[in-house]
Amino acid sequence: MASIDLMESNSHPLRALTKAYDFFRRWPVIPVAVVLILLLSAIFAPLVAPYDPLDGDLRARNVSPFWTEEGSSKYLFGTDHIGRDILSRTIHGGRVSFQVAAAVLVAGAGVGTLVGLASGYMGGIVDEIFMRLTDFAFAMPFIVIALVASVVWGPSLLLVIILLSIFTWPPFARQVRAEALQLKEADYVALAHVAGASGFRIAFRHILPGVFPTVLVLSSLQVGFLVLTESVLSFLGVGIPPPQPSWGNIVAGGRDYISTAWWISFFPGVAILLVVFSMNFCGDWLRDKLDPRLRQL
Amino acid sequence: MRRLILRRLASTVLVLLGLTMIVFGLSHATGDPRLLYLSTQKKYSAEEWEAQGEALGLNKPLVVQYGLWLGRAVRGNFGESFVSKRNSLDDILEKLPATLQLSGVAITVSILLGVPLGVFSAVKRGTFFDYVGRNFAILGQSVPAFWLALVLIYVFSVELGWLPTSRRGDWSHYVLPVTVLGWYPTAGLLRLTRSSMLEVLDSEYIKLARAKGASTLRIIWLHAFRNALIAPVTYTMIMLANFLTGTVVVETVFAWPGIGWLAINAALNTDFPMITGLALVFGVIFLFFSFVADICYGFLDPRIRYG
Repeated sequence: MASIDLMESNSHPLRALTKAYDFFRRWPVIPVAVVLILLLSAIFAPLVAPYDPLDGDLRARNVSPFWTEEGSSKYLFGTDHIGRDILSRTIHGGRVSFQVAAAVLVAGAGVGTLVGLASGYMGGIVDEIFMRLTDFAFAMPFIVIALVASVVWGPSLLLVIILLSIFTWPPFARQVRAEALQLKEADYVALAHVAGASGFRIAFRHILPGVFPTVLVLSSLQVGFLVLTESVLSFLGVGIPPPQPSWGNIVAGGRDYISTAWWISFFPGVAILLVVFSMNFCGDWLRDKLDPRLRQL
Repeated sequence: MRRLILRRLASTVLVLLGLTMIVFGLSHATGDPRLLYLSTQKKYSAEEWEAQGEALGLNKPLVVQYGLWLGRAVRGNFGESFVSKRNSLDDILEKLPATLQLSGVAITVSILLGVPLGVFSAVKRGTFFDYVGRNFAILGQSVPAFWLALVLIYVFSVELGWLPTSRRGDWSHYVLPVTVLGWYPTAGLLRLTRSSMLEVLDSEYIKLARAKGASTLRIIWLHAFRNALIAPVTYTMIMLANFLTGTVVVETVFAWPGIGWLAINAALNTDFPMITGLALVFGVIFLFFSFVADICYGFLDPRIRYG
């Protein structure tokens, strides 16, 4: 009887699996490593990438990945219809994604935090105006504005950054405002007031550090969304214009060759999936660590 | 409740007005709007140039121009599409049913899958099933839809030859587009249902129901589920509003002749009359579902209604 009990409680294969899962959930080493590797290879793309991402070798068109029969160890992930190396293009494509995400986060989180801080701390008419503005930005259908703007100005990297920034600041503003409203009532803020600190000083030295964890969690949760949205726009032809490689437009370029050269579209898509999945995982983890109220939800 | 509806309605109308202002403003953003209203593909005479200026009222003040433009838009006249040479609204209305069919099927499938799986995941919390369900959900929210579509086409159409790659047709044409379009909302519903179910299951009145000896099934479906439903119902409406991006992607990849497909072709052809028409139709759909989401929220949750 004892042996049966033992089997049921400890050595069930599913149980072991969930235990391993628990460990990686507590310590997300794999997602962090994945993001770091992709980020570093994007930053040092010219050093890491084996070939030029724009210059193809026309004698080596549609070469399949190295493990397939017609594959070549010269091109690990194969080449596209004009002989450009997919691995090099994917590595260079990461630059665009991370650039966009970084620029949008700086602009979006920056503006959103300032607006939220002003709104929450000052209250009154400022709060009213800013919050109506936030509601308005929340209510705008993103894809509609993006499509019209791309017709008017033509697609470009700068346009993608501007568009995404406009839609990134509202959640920051709302969250920071809510936090600032709470912190404003804290005893230490009242003490700072009594000690004669100026409103400016209270807002930036006493309240801003308090909302920082929220901003950090929100930022990390936004990265995946930003990478995904940028790639969608580029795929649709209204984001980053070719020939500059971005993950979205490489996938789009391989669309017509899906039945003959699947690898063109496949690998950049895997890169998107890896980054977004890892960042969502890290964001969730960070939220659990920094904001225990939201844990287990 | 009536006050809530009226208030939300007023703000929805305001937002819609704001949207029209943005679209109108964008037509002036590059200088002369005639450059956008006259197709760049063909040459036009000086008379045509002048006539277009007259039609847009370019010699009048900006406010009057906006009023004229809005008046035409309300009457359904967005201008002649460069591609089809027809009023763009006619094209949009012709393609709308295809989009509604696809979205309708996708949303039904995601509700039927996402909500029960979310409840199950919450009830069986911490088990293997819960982990699989949650990771399926996180994966669904991370996978790029356009890429998933291509992978599915490669596997099921090119390699296995089971399903068609594009266009409308019998049920087999729906399988791949619905899978791609439905995964994200299914994932969202699963996570949301799970978390709100967990929250409700943890509350005092559920403990009381347990203490008085109600059966587990009764507690889950009669006591907990109804209160846990508020968030998923609201989310479904918000999801419908955000379906726009998804339909644009899915219709593009699967050459599904709906308004999303129309939008991308308009964008690539720089067909300004068509894209403004679509922007306003999309905007109305989006704002309608956002409005319904707010009303649902108030209807289901008395704390919102009287707050």
